[in-house]
Amino acid sequence: MAEQSFDVIMIGGGPGGYVAAIRAAQLGLRAAVVEREHLGGICLNWGCIPTKALLRASELRHLMGELADFGLVAGEVRLDMARMVRRSREVADKLSKGVAYLLKKNKVTVFDAHGRLGAKQGAAREVKLDGKNERLLARHVILATGARARTLPGITADGKLVWTYKEAMIPESLPRSIVVIGAGAIGMEFASFYRDLGSDVTVIEAMDRILPVEDAEISRLARAAFEKQGIVFHASAKLTALDRGKDSVTARVDSGGKEIAITAARAILSVGIAGNVENIGIEGTRVRVEKSHVAVNRWCETDEPGVYAIGDLVGPPWLAHKASHEGIVCVERIAGHGEVRPLDVTNIPSCTYCRPQIASVGLSEEAAKGKGGEIRVGRFPYRANGKAIALGEPDGLVKTVFDGATGELLGAHIIGAEATELIQGFAIARTLEATEADLIATVFPHPTLSEAMGEAVLDAWGRALHV
Amino acid sequence: MPAKVVMPAMSPTMTEGNVAKWLKKEGDRVKAGDVLAEIETDKATMELEAADDGRLAKILVPQGIAPVNAPIGVLLGDGEDEAALEKFLSEIGGAPKPAVRQPPEPPPAPRETKPKPQPVKPRSVPPSPVAAGGRLFASPLAKRIAKQTGLDLSTVRGSGPRGRVVKADVAGGAPGAPAPLLRAKAAPAGAAPFVEIPLTMMRKAIARRMSESKREAPHFYLTVDCEVDALLAGRADVNAVLAKEAAPGEEPIKISVNDIVIRAVALALEKVPEANVAYFGERLRQYSRVDVAVAIAVPGGLITPIVFDAASKGLAAIAREMRDLSARATAGQLAPAEYEGGTFTISNLGMYGIKEFSAVINPPQACLLAVGEATPRAVVRDGAVVPAAVMTCTLSIDHRAVDGVIGARWLAEFKRLIEHPLAMLL
Repeated sequence: MAEQSFDVIMIGGGPGGYVAAIRAAQLGLRAAVVEREHLGGICLNWGCIPTKALLRASELRHLMGELADFGLVAGEVRLDMARMVRRSREVADKLSKGVAYLLKKNKVTVFDAHGRLGAKQGAAREVKLDGKNERLLARHVILATGARARTLPGITADGKLVWTYKEAMIPESLPRSIVVIGAGAIGMEFASFYRDLGSDVTVIEAMDRILPVEDAEISRLARAAFEKQGIVFHASAKLTALDRGKDSVTARVDSGGKEIAITAARAILSVGIAGNVENIGIEGTRVRVEKSHVAVNRWCETDEPGVYAIGDLVGPPWLAHKASHEGIVCVERIAGHGEVRPLDVTNIPSCTYCRPQIASVGLSEEAAKGKGGEIRVGRFPYRANGKAIALGEPDGLVKTVFDGATGELLGAHIIGAEATELIQGFAIARTLEATEADLIATVFPHPTLSEAMGEAVLDAWGRALHV
Repeated sequence: MPAKVVMPAMSPTMTEGNVAKWLKKEGDRVKAGDVLAEIETDKATMELEAADDGRLAKILVPQGIAPVNAPIGVLLGDGEDEAALEKFLSEIGGAPKPAVRQPPEPPPAPRETKPKPQPVKPRSVPPSPVAAGGRLFASPLAKRIAKQTGLDLSTVRGSGPRGRVVKADVAGGAPGAPAPLLRAKAAPAGAAPFVEIPLTMMRKAIARRMSESKREAPHFYLTVDCEVDALLAGRADVNAVLAKEAAPGEEPIKISVNDIVIRAVALALEKVPEANVAYFGERLRQYSRVDVAVAIAVPGGLITPIVFDAASKGLAAIAREMRDLSARATAGQLAPAEYEGGTFTISNLGMYGIKEFSAVINPPQACLLAVGEATPRAVVRDGAVVPAAVMTCTLSIDHRAVDGVIGARWLAEFKRLIEHPLAMLL
């Protein structure tokens, strides 16, 4: 049996594993990635990237409806679903090839197989490749196997009438109606996509509000915006059954003791995700699994020496950029890099690419209040921002939450056009520990949407200029 | 119900402790009062006792630093099984992940035998955020918090990128920087090879307190020579008596010169209470009792156990107490209450042949007496040079709290008592 040894092996080539491998190579470690399907993982192939390609299409579809306001006249807009999906797949494919190139450039060895943790061999650890007459050895093994859509007890996705994210991004035709189960980021992106293309969309959420991890005020504004578009919501509603018909599904929902039946052509199951902890060889090791995720310390170390875990596999927030950063921290720690420090989860921006876009970093207003101490909240509406008016995007809000005593930016929340591109300004402010004084001293270019960020900071201190 | 074993707060100022060693293994049965582990604080090594009977089911922090009250292990009661442990662990969320610093992982050793460029470039974290050019690197938030709390940022060790001081360093949060690594370094050509030694908790405490003292307290020094022939003769005499009085097989108490100095210091402070003070910024605290702290060298540093209400204690009681404190200090077994506080400190290097020295004040106390060796010297008495045993003592004084004349009056009283030891009986 062929044997190869490395300093560090990543099991999983998603945004956690492949970024960790490149960083390891930069630090002079011999690195390998074992990937069973596509380099770039779910994010690049079946998640973040292809959905953004689709959402761009639905956004264009929406804008086509606004053309007249801008003094443009066009003919009838028709959907070519096959072309739309093909473009999304091409985008994903192009980027996956890009990852392969980057790994090659950095001299990272890639194994195309399902990898699993093997036994300890002295100071090293074996990694087994299913169906290959080859075994790998490394002192450090990083588990980066990601996660998959969670299903509900008794309610499974069949891929035909009941979809997960995967089928939802490769529809053969546009369903006339869709029921989305779960109003988190994934559910709301698909709800928004299908609504803008013209489907009737109903969203069921077990919590009392949509996008439950976001600030409550932003969540309320989002719901109002979606309702204006015609999306129907049932919050605090529990799905009790999903009955499959011939070419439709009926969702039976317990909404505050009242039984509701919602029939739609298709259902999308987006009720969270579960870590891929099975078949990765952790049985019989000290690696602990808690609530379908691998337990790690802040250096991404599991309880088993020499075995690490990063990304969706270790739990929320389930974000590609969190996985990449954890991969970097983990590898720098392994290499003894002097500057490494743990990832501060409160500085990870969260982005939802529905229309309107929603983005945030740090604490919500309610979480900041919960910490005790005086807080200051600033708000600035898009409709008071010149660029937003010119773009025809007057619906939106920038909200800031400060510690009243120290001026620390505790959190920032944006809903509206390009929110996901804007939020990183506040993420930098939080990472550098800027206070309100530094943000007020920052010059925001005119005319840009970012001016609303500066005004939302001023407003927290009673100094907003344009409201 | 399973019970958490938490990092104990062994003193009011303790924020974190180091799990030095577990004396029980996972699975061991323990009785209430059994010693579970040794905990190293900045001052001493303490024993962590089991609060209840049970079984040590899980060690969450095998070694390393954990904040006060963080769980470091789990005790299961009778009849509780692994299922109860798992449930409990998931409830408490396992070990205190965000705060526990694990001992650093050694760098991966290159597997080949042929030489290969070392991938690891160890970098030391700058000890102070002040760069060579004098610029201080701190985040805006850290600067503001320091200003609000009156903290001098130049004394703070930054845990941010390139030693930048961040909020966690000034707001009492756990700093994010990993513990420095002990690693032999490949020295650049021509430079001396070295190893970097991580600071122990005690070393850090000494560094912090001594810098604070020298920076904050304007020190001045008063020195006197004390003739101690009478004291030495009296000591020899009383030790002979004590030796005779000791029960057979019992080790007799021996009075040391330092024991007599402790008593003289205490009596002099009773006479001049203006020197028995501590400085607290907005106010001065004048103590109505004399608690004498005595600096004792211990492995890795020093510690200052206290003879409480020393003026009320006779020489034999002081000697007995010092013998006990000193033995336990060396073993790292003092309780915080035994070394925290004190109203005056004595540092005696006489036994190391030091003639005289000036010491750094132990804040917030205002005065410290540095005691040298008693040696035969030529003194002039009634116009003639005569031999005499002389001991030089230097009083370090925080001028914010005590002025020169008060210091001089105290030192004169101390000298009078030392030179006329019988006066200590009055």
